[in-house]
Amino acid sequence: MSASGIDRRTFLRASAQAAGGLTIAFYAGPLPLRAQEGAPAAAARPLPDPNAFLRIAADGTVTVVLAHSEMGQGMWTGLVMLLAEELDLDWSKLKVEHAPVAAAYAHPFFGIQMTGGSTSIASEFDRYRQVGAMARTLLIQAASQKWNVPAADCRALKGEVVAAARHAGYGELAAAAAALPRPTQVTLAPPSSWTVIGTPHKRLDSAAKVTGRADFGMDVHFPGLHTALVARSPYFGGKVKRFDGAAALKVRGVKAVVQVPSGIAVVAENFWAAKLGRAALDVEWDPGDGGTIDTTEMARSYRALAAQPGGVKAKAAGDPVAAMKTASKVVEAEYDLPYLAHAPMEPLNCTVRITADKCEIWTGTQLQTVDQGPAAQITGLRPEQVEIHTQFLGGGFGRRATPTSDFVREGTREDDIHGGYYRPQYFHKVKVGLDAKGAPVAWQHTLVGQSFLIGTPFEGMVKNGVDPTAVEGVFDSAYLADVPNHLVEHHAPKSPVTTLWWRSVGHSHSGFVMETLMDELAKAAGQDPLAYRRARLAKHPRHLGALELAAAKAGWGTPLPRGRFHGLAVHESFNSYVAQVAEVSVDRGAIRVHRVVCAIDCGTAVNPAGVVAQLESAVVFGLSAALHGEITLRQGRVQQSNFHDYRPLRLHEMPVVEVHIVPSTERPSGVGEPGVPPVAPAVANAVFAATGQRLRRLPLRLA
Amino acid sequence: MDVPEDMPLLWVLRDVLSLTGTKFGCGMAQCGACTVHIGDGPVRSCVLPVSAVGDRAVTTIEGLSAGAVHPVQQAWIDEDVVQCGYCQPGQVMAAAALLKAKAQPTDADIDAALSANLCRCGTYQRIRAAVHRAAGQTGGRS
Repeated sequence: MSASGIDRRTFLRASAQAAGGLTIAFYAGPLPLRAQEGAPAAAARPLPDPNAFLRIAADGTVTVVLAHSEMGQGMWTGLVMLLAEELDLDWSKLKVEHAPVAAAYAHPFFGIQMTGGSTSIASEFDRYRQVGAMARTLLIQAASQKWNVPAADCRALKGEVVAAARHAGYGELAAAAAALPRPTQVTLAPPSSWTVIGTPHKRLDSAAKVTGRADFGMDVHFPGLHTALVARSPYFGGKVKRFDGAAALKVRGVKAVVQVPSGIAVVAENFWAAKLGRAALDVEWDPGDGGTIDTTEMARSYRALAAQPGGVKAKAAGDPVAAMKTASKVVEAEYDLPYLAHAPMEPLNCTVRITADKCEIWTGTQLQTVDQGPAAQITGLRPEQVEIHTQFLGGGFGRRATPTSDFVREGTREDDIHGGYYRPQYFHKVKVGLDAKGAPVAWQHTLVGQSFLIGTPFEGMVKNGVDPTAVEGVFDSAYLADVPNHLVEHHAPKSPVTTLWWRSVGHSHSGFVMETLMDELAKAAGQDPLAYRRARLAKHPRHLGALELAAAKAGWGTPLPRGRFHGLAVHESFNSYVAQVAEVSVDRGAIRVHRVVCAIDCGTAVNPAGVVAQLESAVVFGLSAALHGEITLRQGRVQQSNFHDYRPLRLHEMPVVEVHIVPSTERPSGVGEPGVPPVAPAVANAVFAATGQRLRRLPLRLA
Repeated sequence: MDVPEDMPLLWVLRDVLSLTGTKFGCGMAQCGACTVHIGDGPVRSCVLPVSAVGDRAVTTIEGLSAGAVHPVQQAWIDEDVVQCGYCQPGQVMAAAALLKAKAQPTDADIDAALSANLCRCGTYQRIRAAVHRAAGQTGGRS
């Protein structure tokens, strides 16, 4: 794969391995945006190939090609807005489509074609504007030559180039513009003249999605297409001991029963036949090491491991042991966080058509490059012979960014809930020493939980043995930075249960721990939770900005209706800062969340309407986990199976969500994920205010 | 149609008739992504054997919008409801059925009618607003 267009800090190393996977090395810090701050990114990189991102047809139709996957986060609209800031569009003549898989679409931060890390807008902030500016420059030049008027007298306006009384549509000028030499540099509009960026835009994919016309991976049909469902081991790492497919083959519509690496595949004319056929299979499984897994027992063993030395040191300063001895007060706390399934509404699926010289794949994926390699290996084709038609993703949340793909036609909800790749189960053990004024002076923090980077194709993200996705939100916490004596350690036990990034990744557990702990420290110091955080974050203006805005809009400290209580949290992730105030009541042990006020500093809010929608979404995602979410195993088997026992939030539980955006001129940062981490701690802190019970495990359960 | 009697309506729509607007989410009437109308009422097509439909008329999301955009769909667009969009055909069908049964629903009516429809992206606040908006447009009709 060519690394052209990728800067020296970010590159991809992809090599075929005997194991049949790709090795992917991201040479980018755990916080790629950080590394880029202050760098003249726009100027340092070569300009993109505009043809990869933009097509202008003779009839004036403008097609914008998206290097990222639309999974609900709204980049179908946001990336177009970036381009449109530089090339004024006639929006009625706009088409948007997902890119094919090709080197040109490599992620500007990560170097492979992918969607994740809340980076679509942040990473494309320059490239899509540059494409728009290049097209505008060429179209104006073509018009200038056609009319024999100076380019300076021409401007691009709503799909046309105009100069005094003359005007010509982009379609009329496209052929001449394409023949001109490409500009080697372009000047991007300064923020003061932006007319698109920063203005709320409604989504461009709504009409297709409310009429059922939007094509998801599940919706692909062509003559001769068969459906396969795979019977997988009910135990993680289990193997087929023996199987008999005779009964399955007798099911009407079943065409074949085939043993595949992941289990026994039943191939049928349609989904229903495949499902009945799979149910009729007679399979005996060898559970292997996964046959005895018990998540309650795991939590016990994690707790014991947290008390042991020998974890990987993620961050250390001073002498926390000595400083702890001189502290005025010591707060100790332990936290249990469960496995969580992503459970996107569209079950995982993939459609494949293989011919002699081509493998076509239709699927909703977050990792095109990573899917292409194994598909080439399996089919014996070259990677460039594997075409991926990215469909709309019926939810992603990280689940469609899996390093191993088995290209199964369809899966059921039970396959999804039982299928692993969970947010890892975690245990945190924390001991904090406070001085006489209540300020932390010593902080010992041990995390125990599986790494989904170590030993996987993403191992390149591990730095000096530290898995940033495990300890993020703790080792890089603004609170910790000002504590002179601290130690953060991570134990990464192994398990056959597969784990993966889950919307907000490590922050999904560390945000809960840090922000409920902060409330405990405030209580120990005898201070108001807002005032205590203000003092801790005095040197962190962006945290403070979000915190003050959320607190003010929620009316922190002003009387609430009888029985209602406030809880507060603020957390940085994906280079954005989100504060939330939850208003909660507790009735006979039931937690009811009435209102969540959010404030976000995400730098420049490219599409403020999209930012608001993502925060609303993040609150629901976070609440689902805080109130209900838990994957548990007994004797190696997952106890949940579908939406009745793995419960996302439902409409009747929906609080009022208010979103406020901190004005900013910084470059855009993440939006899809940063709203998730503060939800659970804000609610837990409100529950403490209501009941005096300090809940340190998720999902929240009152005693 | 030559299909097994026990095949759920959903799979007849999707795999036999290629009407893929109706979605599969759970297969056990827990999420509502497969909601269609039989007569005027909402039905979970993932658990309804096709033989139970008889000669009653089935309306899918494709049929709801045949001709013009339905007021519920327009309200969904105006309120900028969708995110991933996978559950939304089912949400729209459930809302359209609610408005046929009750032209001016309260929040409690909306909760009762739509809490069976899951949205993992969490668009509930806008769904509620969009149902009210559609009720305004369809006010007086029943």
